[in-house]
Amino acid sequence: MARAQWKDYLFGPLDQTTTVIDRAHIGRTWPSWEVEVEKGRLRLLAEAIGETRPEYTDEAAARRAGYRSIVAPPTFAYCLGADDPGGLAFLAELGIPVSRLLHGEQRITIHEPICAGDRVRVTRRVKDIYSKKNGVLEFVVWEVAVDAVADGRPLARNESILVVRNG
Amino acid sequence: MADALVVGLELPSLAMGPLSRATLALYAGGSGDHIPLHIDSVFAKAAGYPDVFMHGMLGMAYLGRLVTGWVPQRRVREIGGRFVAITYPGEVLTARGTVTEVDAAGRARLALTLTNAEGETKLTGFAVIDPG
Repeated sequence: MARAQWKDYLFGPLDQTTTVIDRAHIGRTWPSWEVEVEKGRLRLLAEAIGETRPEYTDEAAARRAGYRSIVAPPTFAYCLGADDPGGLAFLAELGIPVSRLLHGEQRITIHEPICAGDRVRVTRRVKDIYSKKNGVLEFVVWEVAVDAVADGRPLARNESILVVRNG
Repeated sequence: MADALVVGLELPSLAMGPLSRATLALYAGGSGDHIPLHIDSVFAKAAGYPDVFMHGMLGMAYLGRLVTGWVPQRRVREIGGRFVAITYPGEVLTARGTVTEVDAAGRARLALTLTNAEGETKLTGFAVIDPG
């Protein structure tokens, strides 16, 4: 789906129709993408979350603390899902309107800290789709896997439960 | 920085200033989450909310700061939680954590909460910490 199309769909006039997500999407995996973790981005993220300790912004301090470079905060693994070159097309493909979307739960398993300069591969998959309250709430369970490009070793696993409100 | 994680230990709480729209804009940029519910009040109101509201993951990042303020990040093995209530600009949040389990190998589990000044729970979370 082209960027203009998913933006029109997700951010356009409020979609008042009831969302029923096709269960055929369960198990679907999107093409992986690669990200080089940038120092500037980590510094901006540190500022945004109010993290002032030097290993989160200063390379020399991070090395002194035993990291390869500036270290990403533990919730950064989730942010890599936002670097999808398809943008939010995956939401539009499932028919999920942003206006009625909420983040329900999140779990991040960290195999090793992600640092600036790391090249990572990110893969998105739908693990489950279900409803509660007779379809008033639709739930999608996503996994976003983060692995090192160099040797494929796992760096982090995100499991997200997104909630779509129908009424 | 304390090493001994024993059951019942309460981490020093972490208090944030009133949530600002500028913080939401910075977090949108730093996280890459540009969903307009958090940064565009016109969009948020059209979607039925009184105003823009905080990214849930910014709240979890505050819980992360609480944890990494106590143990080095390399020991953090898991962090997670359930987003319980929406947070609007102006709300004042505090992150708290308690050690709830330590297994025989020294791996600890923490219960984490993010609440506003009125005591409303925004996020109930957890973290798993490797032995030092």
